This record gives sequence, C-alpha cells and structure tokens, in this order.
Amino acid sequence: MTLYQRILALKAAGDLAGVSALIPYTGFIGLASELDADGLVCRLEARPGNMGNTVLRAVHGGVVGALLEHTALMQLLWESEVERLPKIVNLSIDYLRPALCDHDLLARASVVKQGRRVANVRVEAWQDDPERPVAAAHGHFILG
Amino acid sequence: MTDPATEARLRPLIDIVTGLPHFRVLGLEMVDYTAGSATLRCPYRPELIGDPATGVIHGGVVTTLLDSVCGLACFLGLDEPQAIATLDLRIDYLKPALAGRPLLGFAELYRQTRSVAFLRGHAYQDDADDAVALCVATFMIGSVGFRPGGDGGVQP
Repeated sequence: MTLYQRILALKAAGDLAGVSALIPYTGFIGLASELDADGLVCRLEARPGNMGNTVLRAVHGGVVGALLEHTALMQLLWESEVERLPKIVNLSIDYLRPALCDHDLLARASVVKQGRRVANVRVEAWQDDPERPVAAAHGHFILG
Repeated sequence: MTDPATEARLRPLIDIVTGLPHFRVLGLEMVDYTAGSATLRCPYRPELIGDPATGVIHGGVVTTLLDSVCGLACFLGLDEPQAIATLDLRIDYLKPALAGRPLLGFAELYRQTRSVAFLRGHAYQDDADDAVALCVATFMIGSVGFRPGGDGGVQP
C-alpha cells in the first residue's frame, strides 16, 4: 500500500492522528492535527528543542515553515479529492511576530484555488489569538 | 575559508548560531563560510523522513536548513554586528532530495541597506550546480533578535 493509499484509508476513518503518525518528521518536531468546529487545525507542541532564538525564546523559523507546509498539505488532503499525494512546488513565508517556544503554535489553511493540476493554499499560524498571526504563507502544490 | 583576522571576528558569531537548540537537534554541521556566505550540512536521519514510502526527507527540513544558512550568512556578512530577524523566506522545491544522503545548504548576502538584508541560497546533495531547492530571503537588521556578542542580549 502506498503512503497515499494509507492516508486515504485513514481519511475515510476520520483518523487525523493516524495520518500524522505515518510521517516520521511530525514526531521529530511535535506536529499533530485535529478537527474543531471550523475544520482542520495543526498544532506544533511547545518544545525547547524547536528553539531557534535563545534571546527571544522563539521557535526556529524553519520549524514554523514546516508547520505551515504540513498544514497546507493536510488541508489539501482533507478537503480535496486528489488522486496522488500533492507535491509542494513553492512556499512563501512571512514572519510577522516571534513564535514563543513555551506556547503551542496552531495553524489553519485554506485552499484559495484548486485547478486540475495545481492548488494555491494560504496558511496562518498563531499562538494565543488567531487575530494576531505570528506567520503566514502561501504555496503551490502539484496535484496530478 | 578566511584569513586569521576575519576568522577571529566571525568565530564568535558562528558559535552563537551553531549553538542554538534546534540547530543542534537537527544535527546541522558547519561546512564553509566567508564574511557574507555560509554552507551547512544536514545529515540524513530516519526521523527526518516526510514520505516513508520513499525515505525522502520532509520539506520542513529543507526549509529549516535554508532558513538557518540564510540567517547565518546574514549574521556573518553585516558591516557591523547587529540583531537580525527573518522578514520573509520564499522557497522553490525543484526536486525531491534523494533518500540516504546528506543535504547541503548554501546562502549569500548580496545586498544590505540600513534596515534590510537580501539573501539568496540553494539546497543540494552531491553537486552544488544541481539544486534541490532555491530560496530568497530578507532579514530586518537591528530589530529584536540575535545580537552578536557574548551576552546575546536583546536590543530594545
């Protein structure tokens, strides 16, 4: 069974945690996915090992980027009937505020446009207040 | 590599960046540097896999390598030591990194204004001319962030 087939089976069963568990890197940085009333949310748990700035005690910008990319991919898998695992083409990340290491970091994505071959996805990450995002990104994924 | 005087000036800056917790957790290694460029190596490890079917590492590792090497090159290239903070980072993923091999990241500071530094870089495996990913990044200079120097203190 390919990774994508396993993901489809887990998606059919509503098992988001199972999807994340398939990907070793999510455990390496502490990434998980959950569903709330507004849809899919990804959570990066507060971990000292993710720190990239010891002065501000901020999460490494690359790990913030990883959360944003993972959230975009999970949103595509969740809401779209894609035939393969989408492949990332590019990602443009804006760093808006420091993401503090002692708080969980949450992210939510929306598919701006899905064509036959490519999807444009926007993502925002925040800590205490979704109205005060710490980072935002948009990216393209190849679907077919 | 660099002459002894430059080496003495850059070494404390390198020690700050390579000592950062996630830099160490990811196992990034210093390969080369000048006053304004840097090359880092990220060894292949099973924990970094993004696709267990192929063993290819997660895109987030590429992002972290490139963010790290851009920040380091910026830090080493500033006219005078100042705090920096990433403003934005854009990455094109040209092709998947091959499983089982280390990933290298190179970045250079190519323009500095009073408040902004402009960097470009790429990630590759065996051949520096055969990039896995390309990036451009901008950093705010003199913002709250890292400040070179022993105390690593916060600038107001």
